[in-house]
Amino acid sequence: MTTGVELKKKSYEIRKDIVSLVHHAGTGHIGGDLSVTDILVALYYKHMNIDPHNTEDPARDRFVLSKGHSVEALYCVLADRGFFPREELQTYSTYGSKYIGHPNNKINGIEMNTGSLGHGLSIGVGMALAARMDQKPYRVYVVLGDGEMAEGSVWEGIMAGGHYKLDQLTAFVDRNRLQISGTTEAVMGQERQEDRWAAFGWHVISIEGNDVDEIDKAVEEAKATKGRPTVIIANTVKGCGVSLMENKAGWHHRVPTDEEYNEAILELNQRGILL
Amino acid sequence: MNKIANKQEICNVLLEESVADKDIVVLCSDSRGSASMTNFAEQRPQQFIEVGIAEQNLVSISAGLASCGKKVFAVSPASFLSTRSMEQAKVDVAYSNTNVTLVGISGGVSYGALGMTHHSTNDIAVMASIPNMRVYLPSDHLQTRCLIRSLLKDKLPAYIRVGRNAVDPVYEEGSVPFVLDKAVLVRDGQDVTIIACGEMVLAAKEAAELLANNGIDARVLDMYCLKPMDEAAVRKAAAETKLLITVEEHVKAGGLGAMVSQIVAEHHPRKVVNLSLPDEPVVTGKSAEVFAHYGLNATGIAQKIMELI
Repeated sequence: MTTGVELKKKSYEIRKDIVSLVHHAGTGHIGGDLSVTDILVALYYKHMNIDPHNTEDPARDRFVLSKGHSVEALYCVLADRGFFPREELQTYSTYGSKYIGHPNNKINGIEMNTGSLGHGLSIGVGMALAARMDQKPYRVYVVLGDGEMAEGSVWEGIMAGGHYKLDQLTAFVDRNRLQISGTTEAVMGQERQEDRWAAFGWHVISIEGNDVDEIDKAVEEAKATKGRPTVIIANTVKGCGVSLMENKAGWHHRVPTDEEYNEAILELNQRGILL
Repeated sequence: MNKIANKQEICNVLLEESVADKDIVVLCSDSRGSASMTNFAEQRPQQFIEVGIAEQNLVSISAGLASCGKKVFAVSPASFLSTRSMEQAKVDVAYSNTNVTLVGISGGVSYGALGMTHHSTNDIAVMASIPNMRVYLPSDHLQTRCLIRSLLKDKLPAYIRVGRNAVDPVYEEGSVPFVLDKAVLVRDGQDVTIIACGEMVLAAKEAAELLANNGIDARVLDMYCLKPMDEAAVRKAAAETKLLITVEEHVKAGGLGAMVSQIVAEHHPRKVVNLSLPDEPVVTGKSAEVFAHYGLNATGIAQKIMELI
């Protein structure tokens, strides 16, 4: 899948899967799922060197969802890419299921367990160091939330990534400007993200994070950047694609009613058709 | 007797094994000198990573490396490693089930007068409370060598605590009894069993010799494997001796004594007395002085048993 239109259509399909999954299960972090969807689609349908049937390939690209609560988006992408049967997601969050509310590496295609914020970037640093040691060209992608940037350990990872000039490592900040208690700026200011990362030696790209074309170009630029890691500050919209959820902190982990669900699916269908 | 610090022996073993095994990686947090890892850092620069004073980063990076096939040893003072990075140990190592061995150096009260910031008198409790984390406190450098070699054969998470100082060996070169996760019967006896771990094993062995002079036949178990604990050895001791004494360089809560007591209470009720460090910052002093102050040496252990029998 290489064209922008194909990827955009896929994003709307995945969004419908996410809304359905959260509505069906009665739980999930739908707002962040919808803000990160386009990043996942660009990575999993175009950029990452991965094979759903050979997930132990030492040459594979690595992905870590540091903002692990957006796992429903990742599950929907992995299922659609064939990492596991789509039907298995029916068990999400139910008794005995391995499909829990945060990434679980017992699931095919998930590398590491996350959920406690502030771990994923340092894990990615370790993965990129391993790639360098083994002289393998695989790339490592880590997605962080902007609220997560308040975790001190994130900055230890940023420091190490810059220190070791890990150009096989690319971080995304899903900058949707909302967290569970309100705006990031009210809770703990995250202004000038670009300057903060740059000060630690990272190559910084700032984009509209729900525009697949922009994500695509930024990842290409990251791949071409040598001698330092790249961070893509993805300015996104929480709840993106569903008007009734967009830019509302309350949708951090609200579950749509039947009426809201129908409205959301209708809108996503219309937006997809209009492409 | 050849006195080598356990941490030095870990470096020695890793240097030897990493000649052939290029997947062995050591990480330090500005701790290569205190961890006796300078030789490894200098001789295996391609297999050594410095993360600076950042223990959380140390453990997460270790887990990332391990997820890519590396056999990782994260070496840092036990005080910081066990608590500053506890969550990384829980999530990135134990929960994600990565092949990381966390090596807490200068554990217990090794740092002496540096104070409670540098003491790790609760690390057994902390690490053993994490599901899927194994916990080991080897007693001497010979056992440490066996332990590291053994852990290199599997891919499971583990925490090891070793002390700062070179201590006299418990065992003899060339005849070190070692089976992973089995307690070592240091000395057999029928009257009382002393169960110890880490540096307390030698004290327990010497206490048993003092007791023998007083007609008391003490068994000594080296429970270097705190988790999984060798339950069978504990149950056997409870069945065959009238009294069990546990000795540890750790607080009572969640330590060796607590674990032994749970096993004994459930399977073979018998009097168990726990000798441990107090639930307060310890008295200022060198390790030996601190141990003597709280009766955690050969004389103190022997006296306690004489009182009890």
